[in-house]
Amino acid sequence: MVELGDPNPMLVIDSLHVRVQDRDILDGLSLSVGLGEVHAIMGPNGSGKSTLAQVLAGRDGYEVTAGRIEFLGEDLLALTPEERAHAGLFLAFQYPIEIPGVNNAYLLKAALNAQRHARGEPELDAFEFMRVIKDNMKLMQIHEDFLSRSVNTGFSGGEKKRNEILQMLTLEPRLAVLDETDSGLDVDALKIVANGINSLRDPQRSMILVTHYERLLELVKPDHVHVLAHGKIVRSGDHTLARELDERGYEWIEQEAQSA
Amino acid sequence: MATDSKELAGLVGGKYRYGFVTDIEEDRVPPGLNEDVVRLISAKKNEPEFMTEWRLKAYRQWLTMTEPTWAQVSYEPIDYQSICYYAAPKNPDDAPKSLDEVDPKLLETYDKLGIPLHERARLAGVAVDAVFDSVSVATTFKAKLAEAGVIFCSFSEAVTEYPELVKKYLGTVVPRADNFFAALNSAVFSDGSFVYIPKGVRCPMELSTYFRINAANTGQFERTLIIADEGSHVSYLEGCTAPMRDENQLHAAVVELVALDDAEIKYSTVQNWYPGDENGVGGIYNFVTKRGDCRGANSKISWTQVETGSAITWKYPSCVLRGENSVGEFYSVAVANNYQQADTGSKMIHIGRNTRSTIISKGISAGHAQNAYRGLVRIMPTAQGARNYTQCDSLLLGDQCSAHTFPYIEARERSAHIEHEATTSKISEDQLFYCRQRGLSEEDAVNLIVNGFCREVFKELPMEFAVEAQNLLNVSLEGAVG
Repeated sequence: MVELGDPNPMLVIDSLHVRVQDRDILDGLSLSVGLGEVHAIMGPNGSGKSTLAQVLAGRDGYEVTAGRIEFLGEDLLALTPEERAHAGLFLAFQYPIEIPGVNNAYLLKAALNAQRHARGEPELDAFEFMRVIKDNMKLMQIHEDFLSRSVNTGFSGGEKKRNEILQMLTLEPRLAVLDETDSGLDVDALKIVANGINSLRDPQRSMILVTHYERLLELVKPDHVHVLAHGKIVRSGDHTLARELDERGYEWIEQEAQSA
Repeated sequence: MATDSKELAGLVGGKYRYGFVTDIEEDRVPPGLNEDVVRLISAKKNEPEFMTEWRLKAYRQWLTMTEPTWAQVSYEPIDYQSICYYAAPKNPDDAPKSLDEVDPKLLETYDKLGIPLHERARLAGVAVDAVFDSVSVATTFKAKLAEAGVIFCSFSEAVTEYPELVKKYLGTVVPRADNFFAALNSAVFSDGSFVYIPKGVRCPMELSTYFRINAANTGQFERTLIIADEGSHVSYLEGCTAPMRDENQLHAAVVELVALDDAEIKYSTVQNWYPGDENGVGGIYNFVTKRGDCRGANSKISWTQVETGSAITWKYPSCVLRGENSVGEFYSVAVANNYQQADTGSKMIHIGRNTRSTIISKGISAGHAQNAYRGLVRIMPTAQGARNYTQCDSLLLGDQCSAHTFPYIEARERSAHIEHEATTSKISEDQLFYCRQRGLSEEDAVNLIVNGFCREVFKELPMEFAVEAQNLLNVSLEGAVG
């Protein structure tokens, strides 16, 4: 683990090539995320945004054919998914997974304690755990009976996404990757989710927001906005780029990139 | 497994009345089964004549029967003449003297299961007199039970101490010739438990074989009889999560439960007999007949089982719902890993009016295992207003194993209400990845998902047993994924 205040960046992606089922999806993507920064990755459907999120988290079936990723100075691609989690990487899933019969609180406590264990910290008992999540639940406007329900089973779309953010708040990652967390949310739910994300902004913590739309970025102001097209970043800018994309769509950027 | 060796030595040394020629002092009767062997077993136990006759009738009926072949299991034919039907408890001198002499692998498993230290020695078969420290505990329990009027003793003791009760109820739920294995058990049963709860008594504690200190030595043909008199209530725990080693390959137990008016029996089992090695060599054949008779109105019998052991399991804990408004329940988790084969389920026979039954079965298959649910719901013409709900879920780990479901439904009464739900699922890559992304190891993720799958059954187990059962499941499925 890198010491606090370390000048090294959080994440460096260098010329990443990724193949999924014999198709090249990422084609030389490079990105550097500094400590405390929030980056938004935008782009049209099929541009490779979700692939990037999955590769960062270590999902099977995504073959890295070239390039490297460094997370807090470590070779990220050499780590198993759980080791990445222990090192502080969190992925908020676009489609959170249902696990029948396993209650929410149980999974979250098991996850938190697995991470604490891996970091050599003492595990929390049920009471300590409840103390930790109480405020987070309030912030995400999650009712207590939610804890005893099965993980994501029978949840509405909004509940699933709020649950992802609750997990994130509780696990306190160093790097949070949020994959289309804003999709399928109504205005009220979007505000709750944005509040949750903002509450976690910290000079020692970085975030990558993968999104198709600009509306989340109105509520969570990114430091940098990148446009992904055809497997690489074709344009980067500040948060005004997001507004421009919202007004003009993606086509002009894709055309510019192709003609370049 | 050596336990209360003094008491058993006393039984073996008893005088034999029928002039059989085998030397009484010998520990083992020669292999094979005939009337003389049946008489000898009865004599060694000092049984009254009615019991000897009962055994002989069972033996004669057994001779006319054939082994059932309908189960979804396969094994080499059993040579019943090569089995020893009576063996005195092992000489304590042969047992390990301390835990230092026990197979470290076994100790490792105890550790994973969280078995208390003082228990491990007993389970590993360490010569007990030297280490067993629960005698005083057991005595305290005995006194408390006696105060409530509850009889809880070994079956052998019941035959000699309470012959009237035994005579009245034995074989009334599972008749001698009920099936091939039950008949064999009736002829040669070794020992087991006997429980009688008097009228209106709520048994002051969970009855566990754990507290009947000679329970571990009940041998391969166990026989249990539990009677709950009117308005009484009892919860009985059988078995143990720790792996039980036994040199006898064939186990054929019989359990009979009788619930009279307004009585309730809850029977929980954790079965973890040796399943054979990872290549399917060895392991126990567990052919068990368990049946409860809701004889009285408003009575209730509830079976909960967690079956993880044995090479082959053939077992259908059932309820005969005779009394009006009586209730039968069956909650089961059956795990089959490596080359284990399980054919298990339940029968609910509705005879009385407004009888209700519930079957919740969770089958988990891994490795090359075969796991079958087989269940019968029968509504007799007398059972107006009967209801049944059956839910039968299978979970597959890997692609070499299989799950089968054989539900039989016979409704002979128009007003019957029968629901059957069945699902088969696999642990998905998505679920595993989700858990691992949150920081769980792959193994912990599998355990979490499997335990979630079994939750409806585990919550029926007494609290402490439920925790043990979860750990057991985790250990049983070790290496099943990945």
